[in-house]
Amino acid sequence: MPELQLKQLYDGFRDPRTVAELASQIKQLAAKLEEPVNVMEVCGGHTHTIMKYGLLQLLPDNIEFIHGPGCPVCIMPKERIDQAAALAQIPDVILVTLGDMIRVPGSEGSLAQFRAKGCDIRPIYMPLDALKIAQENPDKTVVYFAIGFETSTPMTAVLLEQAEKLGINNLLFHINHVLVPPAIDAVMADPETRVNAFIGPSHVSVITGSQIYQPTVDNYHTPVVVSGFEPVDVMQSILSIVKQKVEGRCELENQYERAVSYKGNEAAQQKVNQYFTVRPSFRWRGLGPIPNSALMLKPEYRHRDAELKYGERLPVKEIDDHKACQCGDILRGKAKPQDCKVFGRGCTPKPR
Amino acid sequence: MCLSIPSQVVELHPETQSVTVDTLGVKRTVSCHLMEEPLAVGDYVLIHIGFVMNKIDADSAAESLALYKEIVEKMEAADA
Repeated sequence: MPELQLKQLYDGFRDPRTVAELASQIKQLAAKLEEPVNVMEVCGGHTHTIMKYGLLQLLPDNIEFIHGPGCPVCIMPKERIDQAAALAQIPDVILVTLGDMIRVPGSEGSLAQFRAKGCDIRPIYMPLDALKIAQENPDKTVVYFAIGFETSTPMTAVLLEQAEKLGINNLLFHINHVLVPPAIDAVMADPETRVNAFIGPSHVSVITGSQIYQPTVDNYHTPVVVSGFEPVDVMQSILSIVKQKVEGRCELENQYERAVSYKGNEAAQQKVNQYFTVRPSFRWRGLGPIPNSALMLKPEYRHRDAELKYGERLPVKEIDDHKACQCGDILRGKAKPQDCKVFGRGCTPKPR
Repeated sequence: MCLSIPSQVVELHPETQSVTVDTLGVKRTVSCHLMEEPLAVGDYVLIHIGFVMNKIDADSAAESLALYKEIVEKMEAADA
């Protein structure tokens, strides 16, 4: 076998002829389906691929995508952004967060808007950059507004570990790490949900392993196919789901074997378990409060918890979604984004 | 933010638990704190927010690519 080139890891999984052939196989097989397949791609990365490559348009009418709650930025409720804004307004606090987060509106505006008003808010690309900012600003308190699903939590754990090891005491954390399986449960808890198959996230699964979806398969009798992010990956996963449906099977499959194992990255899981514990409840934009759906720091790392340290100064008022917001119905497949009156109008990220 | 990307390891820095990777021409240094198994130059890895998340199984990727090639060849033979 000739040696694999890096380029092939991109191009090979974007090959239009392969996508076309998989589409044709899906079409043939889907003709045998007794009921429509409503596939939830949980992760926003898959939604991106589906939109970018026009995959829905390649599929027959009896296959539909329902875009799931798997984007940590999109599911962030306003009150958490309000807390970040409140932290950023404390004198001598530098708020750092991953770049994507700063354009999402809280009830008083986005972090980008607070930055424009003079708050020291710094978007970073890598959590470890927060260490350097803390080291360079010993007279300030740096708060890392930590966001992300299982994919991004281990990186926060390493940041905390390094801060402890190097004795960098002016680095605190505001933790908003959320979990995929409880979100799936929240979607499936609605008896009217139309979701009847899942594409499992790519990089959440790299960390957790495909094992975390076994309860989804068992509890809801739905196929789950863990899939890579490229268009060929998604089409192959759809073909597997349709095959399962036609053959009357509900199984956990892993299309993304080149990156995902059943057990995942155990070293990363161990770091998460060392520093984090499950939070009793977390409110999600669109889905409301979901029990055990997020993480918080373990009691022994309380001294790093900005939520505790600045508790008195943080707004705790829960801000409901706008009354016209239909995110919850959209996430359960009961409405399409374009059905929502505020979609693309009032509800759109503001430009920087 | 979750679009981890395949990259290739080009330099090892064991003293800082990091490696330099090449992502289609762009080189940068990323952390290996989440990797238990040692990395080697030439390995394919997934990078997410400055960390190596895992090693990509090159054999498995090559196997998938070979399968797709076969699918396309069959399609082209049928079209001919």
